[in-house]
Amino acid sequence: MKDILLKRLLQLLAVVWGVGTLTFILMRALPGDMAYRIAASRYGHDNVDAQAATLVREELGLDANPFLLYINWLFDLLQFKLGDSLVSGTPVIDSVQHMLGYSVLLAVTGLFISILIAIPLGLLSAWKGNPIDNAVMAFSSVVRAMPVFVIGVIFLMLFALHWNWFPVAGFGTPAHLVLPALTLALSLAAVSNRVVKSSAQRVFKSSFYTFAQVKGLSKWRTFHRHGIRNIALPVVAFFGIQLISMIEGIVMIESLFSWPGIGHGLAHAIFARDIPVIQGAALIMGVLFVLLNTLIDLLCYWIDPRAGDVKGERA
Amino acid sequence: MMNSMTLTKSQKIGGILLLILLSFAISGDLFSSYSISQQDLNAILEPPNGEHWLGTDHFGRSMLARMAHAIGVSFVLGLFCVITAATIGTFLGVWAAWGSKRLDNIMGILVNILLALPGLVIVLLLAAIVPGSFLMLYFAISLVQWVEYFRVVRAITQTVIQSPALQSSQIMGFGRWYQFKRHIWPSIAPAVFTLAAFGCANAILTMASLGFIYVGIQPPLAELGLMTVELFPFYSEAPWLLVQPLLVMALMVLGFHLLAGKQK
Repeated sequence: MKDILLKRLLQLLAVVWGVGTLTFILMRALPGDMAYRIAASRYGHDNVDAQAATLVREELGLDANPFLLYINWLFDLLQFKLGDSLVSGTPVIDSVQHMLGYSVLLAVTGLFISILIAIPLGLLSAWKGNPIDNAVMAFSSVVRAMPVFVIGVIFLMLFALHWNWFPVAGFGTPAHLVLPALTLALSLAAVSNRVVKSSAQRVFKSSFYTFAQVKGLSKWRTFHRHGIRNIALPVVAFFGIQLISMIEGIVMIESLFSWPGIGHGLAHAIFARDIPVIQGAALIMGVLFVLLNTLIDLLCYWIDPRAGDVKGERA
Repeated sequence: MMNSMTLTKSQKIGGILLLILLSFAISGDLFSSYSISQQDLNAILEPPNGEHWLGTDHFGRSMLARMAHAIGVSFVLGLFCVITAATIGTFLGVWAAWGSKRLDNIMGILVNILLALPGLVIVLLLAAIVPGSFLMLYFAISLVQWVEYFRVVRAITQTVIQSPALQSSQIMGFGRWYQFKRHIWPSIAPAVFTLAAFGCANAILTMASLGFIYVGIQPPLAELGLMTVELFPFYSEAPWLLVQPLLVMALMVLGFHLLAGKQK
């Protein structure tokens, strides 16, 4: 238990250091004169001259010693001083908070729908066996073979452009949430229904399950008393692994549907070379990732206290 | 698996699928009389015809040449990443389990650090440092992927070195290389092979994802994700164009997934 938390704390520090270092290198490694480029993105390409560049250079302190800058950079980061956006000049922390809200909304909705799809389907294919099992597995293989943005593009073409049921992109009304959340849900469910199935199959075939039925418990009672908890453990543990595909999915889906979340913000910032925003977005994603993983560790520990410390080995 | 090389039916199908795509890429690159960037603005968005077998895109560039090039780039990147990541991961995994305790501890910390960030975010940040660089993509994806081989190989090796077979081999004085070849490699090979197939698919997907959000390979080069965004605006005039990169991407990933076999 303590080991788990200690390990995650180390990871948290690693996130801060890793993101900080990478973005610092990014800052230095960009081709061309930084002051000019920032000036260009602020005032437009036609209005840049040496004077504007000097102004930017002084304002942002771009001339100091690189090593000192690096130390300062990390120090600021540890205090969560994320600075201002190079392009818009607004504090990064504000825009990141704003984006985070949208991302969490998308993630939670997507996850919820994926659970609604995956668990019944997984249990169904474990319970009924073939041919339902084969059909479900074939379908999920096909979905798994498509990258998440391809699923998104297909949804866009069918539901938004062809039938006009939902808006193409943007945000604001619940209808805007439908397609992104559905895309995320489908890509997650295509993997997790397999895990639900194999976990359920393992439990249904086990001797303790047969025994419970032999001693006269009804089907539902056996499932309720002996099934759920045993099936749940690998599923919850697997969710820790799936977190990665969820975050990656969010980056892609948000970019595709122009959903104003953190992934969209990150991609946009990379394209615009807005380094403080890159840093803020990557940092929040990393921190969130570690925190969620910790939560899953604790959840696994709670479901199955026997294996608390073994689980720490997992991720 | 590696010793007998008996493939299941679905693995064979996956392999054949990939071979077809690969030969399309090679022959398209060799025999097409058009380059990937040669424009013909008099013949844009053409459907497949005798001159351009797969049609032309919005600049009148031959889709056949571009698709062949894109598939080729994907394969090359996938294979490079897999070979690099598998070699480094397997080597370090065996070494960490079999060698010194200190190395094992150091590797444990390193792996923990790498796992703290989602792979795509690491790749995105690295790709941002040198935009549009194939080498950087290769480096970033390999950096993310070797961890997986490392963890699996280390876990299996740890059980193998406890086995009586290896211990008696050790007592009889066989060299380390022989022990590795005779005892460790056969037990890790199937897992490494499976990981490699999935890894290849993931590398290709990652590159396409980056291309899709304009951070990966840059125009005018052809790359599956990039082509998807470029052709998307023309989906209603020329749906047959948009379908090509999407379909090929799905087929490639499916091929590798089938090749990987059942175990995951």
